Amino acid sequence: MFKKIGFKLIVGVGVTALLTIGIFSYFNIQSHSSSLLAEVERSANQLSETVKHSTRYDMLLNQRDRINIIINTIGQQPGIRGVRVLNKIGEIIYSSNQNDIGKMVDKKAESCYACHAANKPLEKLAIKDRTRIFRTSAKSPRVLGIISPIYNEQSCWSADCHAHLKSQTVLGVLDVTISLEEVDKQIKQGEIEIVIFAITAVLALSFIIGFFVRRWVDKPVKELLHATNQVGTGNLNYTIQNIRDDELGILARSFNNMTKKLSEARLQLFQSDKMASLGRLAAGVAHEINNPLTGVLTYSSFLLKRTQDNHELQEDLKVIVRETKRSREIVKSLLDFARQSVPKKNEAKINDIIEHAISVVENQLSINHIKLVKNLEPSLPTITVDSNQIQQVFINLIVNASDAVGKDGGTITISSLLLSLSPYGITHVKKAVCPKRHDLIDNEVKIEGMPSVKIKVRSNGQEGIINLDPIYGKRRHLYGLEIDYKKNIQVMCPQCNTSLIEEGKKCPKCGSPIYTFEVPQQGYFEGCINKSCDWQKWDAVDLGGQKDYIEIRISDTGCGISKEDLIRIFEPFYSTKGQKGTGLGLAVIWGIVDNHNGTITVESEINQGTTFIIRLPLKQIR
Amino acid sequence: MNKQFDILIVDDEQVIIDAVNKICTAEGYKVDYSINANDALLKLKKNIYNLIICDIMMPEIDGFQFLDEVSKSKLISPVIMTTGYSTVENAVRSLYNGAIDFIPKPFTADELINSVSRGLKYLEIQKILSSTNQADDASIIYVPCPAKYYRLGYSSWASLENTGSILIGITDLYIKTVDTIGSIELFKIDDEIVQGNPCAQIESKDGLSHTVLSPVTGRIIERNEPLLIDNSIVEKDPYFNGWFYRIIPSESDYELKHLIPCSSDRL
Repeated sequence: MFKKIGFKLIVGVGVTALLTIGIFSYFNIQSHSSSLLAEVERSANQLSETVKHSTRYDMLLNQRDRINIIINTIGQQPGIRGVRVLNKIGEIIYSSNQNDIGKMVDKKAESCYACHAANKPLEKLAIKDRTRIFRTSAKSPRVLGIISPIYNEQSCWSADCHAHLKSQTVLGVLDVTISLEEVDKQIKQGEIEIVIFAITAVLALSFIIGFFVRRWVDKPVKELLHATNQVGTGNLNYTIQNIRDDELGILARSFNNMTKKLSEARLQLFQSDKMASLGRLAAGVAHEINNPLTGVLTYSSFLLKRTQDNHELQEDLKVIVRETKRSREIVKSLLDFARQSVPKKNEAKINDIIEHAISVVENQLSINHIKLVKNLEPSLPTITVDSNQIQQVFINLIVNASDAVGKDGGTITISSLLLSLSPYGITHVKKAVCPKRHDLIDNEVKIEGMPSVKIKVRSNGQEGIINLDPIYGKRRHLYGLEIDYKKNIQVMCPQCNTSLIEEGKKCPKCGSPIYTFEVPQQGYFEGCINKSCDWQKWDAVDLGGQKDYIEIRISDTGCGISKEDLIRIFEPFYSTKGQKGTGLGLAVIWGIVDNHNGTITVESEINQGTTFIIRLPLKQIR
Repeated sequence: MNKQFDILIVDDEQVIIDAVNKICTAEGYKVDYSINANDALLKLKKNIYNLIICDIMMPEIDGFQFLDEVSKSKLISPVIMTTGYSTVENAVRSLYNGAIDFIPKPFTADELINSVSRGLKYLEIQKILSSTNQADDASIIYVPCPAKYYRLGYSSWASLENTGSILIGITDLYIKTVDTIGSIELFKIDDEIVQGNPCAQIESKDGLSHTVLSPVTGRIIERNEPLLIDNSIVEKDPYFNGWFYRIIPSESDYELKHLIPCSSDRL
């Protein structure tokens, strides 16, 4: 828990937020309390002036009782702790607190210190220096005191009482003390509010960060972890879904790519391993079976020689010899089948290969009451193929067909014919690159099982991906966005954004822009960006003109293949036979046909039957 | 003390020994056998054998090692190899290493007898050769194959043509081991023939049928039709007019390495 990135991130952000908000709050409280104090100070000062002015007249008249009453009345006001007037020698002459009257104040007392700190008393003081904040005791609320000197003026020394001399500057001091209890309470309140706000803010921030971390980091990481575990336990078919565009998305994509490569490598390894063990098995079986067969064959043929006059016995012995010879052929073909390791292409007749394949599985078919119909075109030209591999293709397809037909009998039809086809609608774009040689083939998005060509399009302020059908002329493209064909369209390489638009060229059919990319060693592919336009051009392939193909169809009257299975049957490890098959057969077949630059397609109808169509080019394209 | 036998059978399977023993004894041959190669090598030191029939897959010493030992000890007894693991490699390797024939198991009594009769004929020729003590006189008895040719054991030859095709035929020595040729049965044009596997059948006047093993793999594009009408052509001129097939080879470079160049016969 404490080691999780999310937790660390939350703690980091929380501490940062706490520091910022704390510092901010500190200064905020500071300025708040000082402005409150300034306000109190100002009002205290005003109060002093008010007291001075309201008692001035009575002072001049020396009506001490009236002054006493005024000071007492003001002193009773809530919040005002005391008002007193000191004369110049420090005697309290008026006070809201009657007990203080007549007492002397020490010059060192806190109310006097401001002026009397230096030996000679100051006469003028700024308001700031005249105020003081103190506590009377440790537990009592704070108190603000303000002193206000009472200056001598003409009316004072010329008054009838002659109490003051003209030479005096300061006649006395008015000292007002105001309780700060209210203000302190307000400041405290403010402090609490800000702390609560800070804590709430930090908590909220942590939750929000936590939420996004969970969403953007935790989930994809968990998914990646799950995927690695899946791959670790051997499920190489696991792909990560819901890939986003961030760095973890890139990681997931490269992870998917890696597992794909791994599974391909494993498939190859598995296949060669399978062939190797089949070879060892065949060798062992051949050796073990051939010895007892030798016993049977030698003795029976010897008997046949010795009993030439016994006609009846001869007939029976001939059967034994014949059947043993047949066993010999079966074992031999088993050995031949196992030995086809290195691919060797040579001129061969496709019909012969079909016949060979049939001879291998013939017995199995007749056991299952399956009728085999051959519609072979007799005058087919020879073709350069690896006969062993192609034979394996046919054997596998016939065995599959017989499995599909089942034990109740049916028909398997094998036909071969010569076809002349335009490359349009057949030729497969296997490689595609942008002008900067970035690979445009998208293995993630497949169209009919074949990796598509990925291009990026910017139109009308929107950006999106188009996955082009890799089959020339088929146009089962996947458009990731709507395009306004009349407006400015940009078509780019998804990796480097290099334009793929052919400048100054318009589609001859609809006038839309044309994109182009290079098919290494096979020239340039061009196409119209308009979804509803069918214009495509591939000069290098078109120039070759019509291509001759040998088409082999293997149809059965079996159970058929469902639509869901049909799109996946050529995938490695995909099997509908459960424990019976490895799921490799059709993948291997696809690989073999693809190696011969041929195509294999399948048509199927549930409970009607399935037809596999293989087309092999007569001349190999370089 | 030195007993003389016609045939020594070396095989780790008793049933094979019994069967071969029975068949050969019925033909009037004197037969001895060994259940393993070590025992056979001891017997070879003690006794005289005109012909050895040896299995390839045996425990301890296998057929190829045995074949090596035999040729090292300068025995003139021809060796016929046989195996249940009858692959092209085994056949070709046997013949390359000096065996005079290769019979894949399982075989019939006739196939065995034909091969044995050729083997004993072969020994006779070798004996005549060594008795004349003149290597130059070999040509009196049989015509060695031309220097540019390649041969599979002593039976068939292959000759590369400029056009890339290969001409195939049988050696004069093989013809000499066969009694007078009665008829020759060839494969059809366009058939595939495989190195070390049968490519023709020769019926001799004594009623035996002899299998010719192909020296190379390929597809037959032409066969020597006059041969079918007059098979004496092959006896008169086995290396030129007496050719069997013209074939398009499928992997000649690889296969020729496993054939014996006829130039080595003249050293």
